[in-house]
Amino acid sequence: MLNSSLKELSSALASKKISSVELTKTFLERITALNGRLNAFITVDPEKSLVQARAADARIAQGRAAPLTGVPVAHKDIFVARDWLTTCGSKILSNFVSPYDAHLIERFNAAGAVILGKTNMDEFAMGSSSESSFYGPVKNPWNTDCVPGGSSGGSAAAVAARMAPAATGTDTGGSIRQPAALSGICGLKPTYGLVSRYGMVAFASSLDQGGPFAKSAEDLAMLLDVMAGFDERDSTSIERDAEDYARDLDEPLSGLRVGVPKEHFGEGLAPDVGKAVEEALAQLEKLGAKRVPVELRNSGLSVPAYYVIAPAEASSNLSRFDGVRYGYRAKDYTDLADMYRRTRAEGFGAEVRRRILIGTYVLSHGYYDAYYLKAQKVRRLIANDFTEAFKRCDVVVGPTAPTVAFRLGAKTSDPVQMYLNDIYTIPANLAGLPAASIPCGFGAGGLPVGLHLVGNYFAEARLLNLAHQYQKATDWHRREPRGLQ
Amino acid sequence: MSWEIVIGLETHAQLSTASKMFSGASTAFGALANTQASAVDMALPGVLPVANKGAVERAIRFGLAIGATINRRSVFARKNYFYPDLPKGYQISQYELPIVQGGEIPIVSPTRGEIVIRLTRAHLEEDAGKSLHEDFHGMSGIDLNRAGTPLLEIVTEPEIRSAEEAVAYAKKLHQIVTWYDICDGNMQEGSFRCDANVSVRRPGAPLGTRCEIKNLNSFRFMEKAIQFEVKRQIEILEDGGRIVQETRLYDPDRDETRSMRTKEEAHDYRYFPDPDLLPLVVKEEWIEKVRDELPESPFEQKKKLIAYEIPVEKAEQLTSTRNSSTFAIATLMGAPKERAPVLANWILGPLAAMLNEERLDIAQSKVSSDQLRDLSERVADGTVSSTVAASVVLPALWQQEGSVDAIIEKRGLKQISDSGAIEKIVDEVLAANARQVEDYRAGKDKAFNSLVGQVMKATKGKANPAQANEILKRKLAR
Repeated sequence: MLNSSLKELSSALASKKISSVELTKTFLERITALNGRLNAFITVDPEKSLVQARAADARIAQGRAAPLTGVPVAHKDIFVARDWLTTCGSKILSNFVSPYDAHLIERFNAAGAVILGKTNMDEFAMGSSSESSFYGPVKNPWNTDCVPGGSSGGSAAAVAARMAPAATGTDTGGSIRQPAALSGICGLKPTYGLVSRYGMVAFASSLDQGGPFAKSAEDLAMLLDVMAGFDERDSTSIERDAEDYARDLDEPLSGLRVGVPKEHFGEGLAPDVGKAVEEALAQLEKLGAKRVPVELRNSGLSVPAYYVIAPAEASSNLSRFDGVRYGYRAKDYTDLADMYRRTRAEGFGAEVRRRILIGTYVLSHGYYDAYYLKAQKVRRLIANDFTEAFKRCDVVVGPTAPTVAFRLGAKTSDPVQMYLNDIYTIPANLAGLPAASIPCGFGAGGLPVGLHLVGNYFAEARLLNLAHQYQKATDWHRREPRGLQ
Repeated sequence: MSWEIVIGLETHAQLSTASKMFSGASTAFGALANTQASAVDMALPGVLPVANKGAVERAIRFGLAIGATINRRSVFARKNYFYPDLPKGYQISQYELPIVQGGEIPIVSPTRGEIVIRLTRAHLEEDAGKSLHEDFHGMSGIDLNRAGTPLLEIVTEPEIRSAEEAVAYAKKLHQIVTWYDICDGNMQEGSFRCDANVSVRRPGAPLGTRCEIKNLNSFRFMEKAIQFEVKRQIEILEDGGRIVQETRLYDPDRDETRSMRTKEEAHDYRYFPDPDLLPLVVKEEWIEKVRDELPESPFEQKKKLIAYEIPVEKAEQLTSTRNSSTFAIATLMGAPKERAPVLANWILGPLAAMLNEERLDIAQSKVSSDQLRDLSERVADGTVSSTVAASVVLPALWQQEGSVDAIIEKRGLKQISDSGAIEKIVDEVLAANARQVEDYRAGKDKAFNSLVGQVMKATKGKANPAQANEILKRKLAR
């Protein structure tokens, strides 16, 4: 069962080969066995999960099951779930139990899925290694001396280590795709506005987007069917008809134009990663796709633009964590200003404090035009690059991250090196485009490499089609880390 | 050398929507603390704002009412600062692109006559909560019921020239926002609050340094606060001093303004467009729909009343609120033109007094427009005198004693127009008041009025006054 696809689990549940309670217990046991080493989960609450599993079994018995009814899913601890601790990986929310469900949680609950637990993450999703969590770093299941990527590293590690059949994450600059790549699984960041942000703790509102982690493109499609949908409580949510994201999975790739941006194959790309990606491109050509060169000329500006816009929004979004109404409050303080200072100095970790300071600075009087407005202009240029590219191709393909997973602590003292991990993923966030990462081989140290796919707006079905066809011809996505137990 | 006073007003009008600017929580006043604060108002992690269409529509209504530009695209921005009653750590407002730009408010200035005050802008924003510093020993309480309440901040150009003009403007603005159901105008509950930017200069000189006076929650306080502030600034300048730009609070108990914070202590609010809200796009059709549904303006209705030969001042009073104007027009329009003045007098006189007594709005009047018209009919046809109508029939109508005719009948109020009967009473009065008769004949005109009064008293006010006068005059002339 641990290696089964969601489709297989769904039919096993429907045919009552296994109950949701049994399935949930299986994964809970796996979590118990491995979490000590991987630290992928912040909160596991078997009783709560089993209540849902029993309800799912009843629903299946009544013949009212939906495709994911009874399937346990792990959620990044950035999605609030009623009565669950929701920490966002931060001390400042270490005591916050949500009184309400995020839209995404509502959708999974309505589908009858089981909340398997809340996964570890970089504090407030700020990081590319899942090391900045108040709850300690997450370890990569392929090599526990390495990071799983971030910020949704707990979800990625959980799926990679078969502690969960599927998981959710959020992606602001690569936080789904980069850990998917480094952990050897599949991850999808949908078009901005496709998945409601209601109940997703905000990092950078104009970039944040929720999405699924799974072992295959087919599984991603099933998860996206549940997650996507208009929500009137999110003003940036897009109102459009529901889609069947699996509808194009079996389309052949013949004639598909695969755009290859030379900017994503230059300096900084590790040779082992470059080689695996080249092989994947060759495989796509073998499947009938046509390789066309495209230009993403302003790609190099994406990291600096991102590190103005995201911290600016974050500095404001995180102002609500002030110790007044909920969350951590400093013990000793002399007055209101001191309470704020101490609460936020003690409650936030170093990386979060750094970004709040950067964001506050770039929005300050006299600097706003030079930083924030300029970055917004760059953002438009980057979006225009994609518009041009999509005139020549259907999907832009390249590496997800410049290297395979790095060692724990290797980049914690050099934030810029850490930020450069997201150099290939950030442009899709700035443009609001859908993008995915799928396993495409292994590099140095036997660590997985991710293939990055970027589609035009709302082209999720096409990305999944490409990924599925690739996965039918290869077995990288079936490989699993060995020697964990 | 004289000083010129320069005033700009900023008014926060609370919009009369049932729910808040960005959440579904109720805006009703006076609820138990924190019972009207939703997850969004409390700024729980993960919540998002959704703009209230009713609030936007009220802003459009305001813009149309004052002839302003409605920006087809405006932008919500975040104003960042920390305070315990500001749950998100920022207020959602509009900064660079407000929904309403320009427009003007006509006022009558005591010194400059009929002028217009131009508006700079009006923008949508949300209110903060309330800090309660007195109720908890050594601590502060926070009530978030008000947090997120929709406000329209209305800003004038600095072209008001006296405290009196400021008050005239504020009253006119108050009339407009209540007229169009934009704001309930309740100043005690803080639904309509003004801040004044005040400076003085020598005529023709560039603008002086200004001070902002906060908390002007009545027209009277506004006038006194500005007068105090102007005097304070002139005294400083005439003593060779310098005005410090600052925010000052008016203290009505001591009738003075006090410094709250200086410019140096001012925040850098780090405004930027709120990424949780898309730019506010107002489509042409929406504006046209709002325009079509706009009620007749107070100005138009005043003109109608003046056409009925109601004096300007009374027409102004009758149109002070939309309910009053609606009532007055409904009353007057169905009656012959010559009766309009007496009807207007009843509305502004006895009816207003009775409404005031029971603290009722004219919309809740216990005397209807139809009844007032019936009564005016009975005065016109001589059934009752206008004195009896106003002092007896109207109060009886208010007490729900029945129709006009039933009251006249039941109370025996029918005017005595039988000249024989009046003559008899006049004779009796003259016989009983020999001294007044003598005085009158000696040239004391006052004595005549006293004799009329006696006749009316004897008939319980029912004698036809014109007839009584005439008979009395005739008999005294003998």
